[in-house]
Amino acid sequence: MNMLLDRTIRELNEGLNNQEFTSVDLINECYRSLEKLQPQLNAFITIIDKKTALEDAKKKDSKRSKSKSYLHGIPFVLKDAYISENVKTTSASNVLSDFIPPYNSTVCQKLLDSGAILLGKMNMDAWGHGGSSENTDFGPVKNPWDQTRVAGGSSGGPGVAIITRMTAFSIGEDTGGSIRNPSAWCNTTGLKVTYGRVSRYGCIAYASSFDTVGPMAKTAEDCAIILEAIAGKDPYDATSSSHEVPHYYDLLKTGINKKIIIGLPKEFYGNGLNDEIKKSILEAAKVFEKLGMKVKEISMPLFDYGIPVYYLIGPSETSSNLARYDGIRYGNDRSFFTEETMRRIMIGTYALSAGYYDAYYKKAQKARTLFIKEYKKALSECDVILIPVTPTPPTKLGELINNPLENFLADIYTTSQNPVGVPSLALPCGFTKNNLPIGMQLVGDMFSEDLLLKLGYEYQKQTDWHKKKPKLE
Amino acid sequence: MKTPKKNLLSKDEISYVAKLAKLNLPDKLLLKFSDQLSSVIDYMSKIQKLNTEKVPETAQVTGLENVFREDKIDEDRMLTQEKALSNARRKYNGYFMVDAIFEE
Repeated sequence: MNMLLDRTIRELNEGLNNQEFTSVDLINECYRSLEKLQPQLNAFITIIDKKTALEDAKKKDSKRSKSKSYLHGIPFVLKDAYISENVKTTSASNVLSDFIPPYNSTVCQKLLDSGAILLGKMNMDAWGHGGSSENTDFGPVKNPWDQTRVAGGSSGGPGVAIITRMTAFSIGEDTGGSIRNPSAWCNTTGLKVTYGRVSRYGCIAYASSFDTVGPMAKTAEDCAIILEAIAGKDPYDATSSSHEVPHYYDLLKTGINKKIIIGLPKEFYGNGLNDEIKKSILEAAKVFEKLGMKVKEISMPLFDYGIPVYYLIGPSETSSNLARYDGIRYGNDRSFFTEETMRRIMIGTYALSAGYYDAYYKKAQKARTLFIKEYKKALSECDVILIPVTPTPPTKLGELINNPLENFLADIYTTSQNPVGVPSLALPCGFTKNNLPIGMQLVGDMFSEDLLLKLGYEYQKQTDWHKKKPKLE
Repeated sequence: MKTPKKNLLSKDEISYVAKLAKLNLPDKLLLKFSDQLSSVIDYMSKIQKLNTEKVPETAQVTGLENVFREDKIDEDRMLTQEKALSNARRKYNGYFMVDAIFEE
């Protein structure tokens, strides 16, 4: 069935400006979808009261002529890791089961200022701890392509809400694949930005030196529009970058003026990668070749060490970040953490403890330096790196959450970019025989979001994987 | 999944780490974690094989140094006392209430 929400943000903006439909129509359509599908899929933790959202939409409709923002009157949702004033924010943990933030995260404030309409706060792995959106105190998120399977994570709720048209776009948080993994497993487009590109102020921390705030949407073009609205220096986040924010959307239309070289690191295509996923990505590489780009094999021999680096530093930082949850100023006490979160706190505390600090944490920080060099070298041989997002299609519910180490290994392709800081765009690139979506990622140099989005935009002009949506009753 | 030959982390060690992390783990979980964390740490230990001699550590990737702000109060960002206390479970006369740490 054709829906208004099948359209891209630019198309929605056009329709709104031409008075083909109103924001009220959009919001009504979103609530029809979410009222029907939320009971099956469990994408939301908090749904904004429909009346409030409709009143907001009416106001946006009446002010339409005065706004130049593409996001004016467009519905969005936030992963529940972003605090939102007077709207319950839980990070999917019972530690914050009834936390009502007294102020807005920068990303939330920027989107509200640009005229977007908040519909809800999304289910996820608690504190970002997971790749399947099963580690949540609010019940697992179900994959709309096959409800016996997971939606990916940690930003599973956002992925589901976008592909089922409960919203136009969302903000996810990516610490080791949390935007890219659910994008691949739900068939949406998601951008893990360069570290510091978007302010983390008001974003509930998982691992502070890895955490990034980025858009999830239907297309690369949508992501360009959203990124332009949320990127930039924020005095409230000292790690945010003053690197100039280009007009990502306008730049899409300027084309690519050089011969792009796409590198395929052979280590990322070895044992453990599902054949159908490999085949789809190699097909995608051919699409890029047809667009005049050069594809070549490269080597990134450190590949195998990505998981240890990530799962030593990430838990170390999280054990420190989560130390603040003592139940005194807000929230419940530490007995409310889930088992998976306690495991990560324990791993981190162990890696940081006297006697083990040098062997684990310090060693991983040194390996991190080697990874930075490895990516620098790879990106001197090519402009972007094309790799899988996940080794397998979406797993069955219960498969990962019950096996801690397997759970970690599912992140094998997405964890090594965060310690380095480089951006990565995840895009739909096919389906398995069983009609499960497949994603790929394009990794570029620091602050090369404009190039990644251009490549995604060109690819999506040639293909229509990103237009496919699940049939749901 | 490969399992380590012996448990790297005994129940006592797990109990000690839990104390450091201020987690009150029931006995059942101590045993379970002893198993699970042993296999995780065993896997992560392969990092020891990397040669990192003379390699400096990286703690952050912003490329920024010494980010300062003016030493001025930003009133836009101040919470009222009421707002700051609004999520606290226990409060008294406009203060957060905590358990006593000294004995009488």
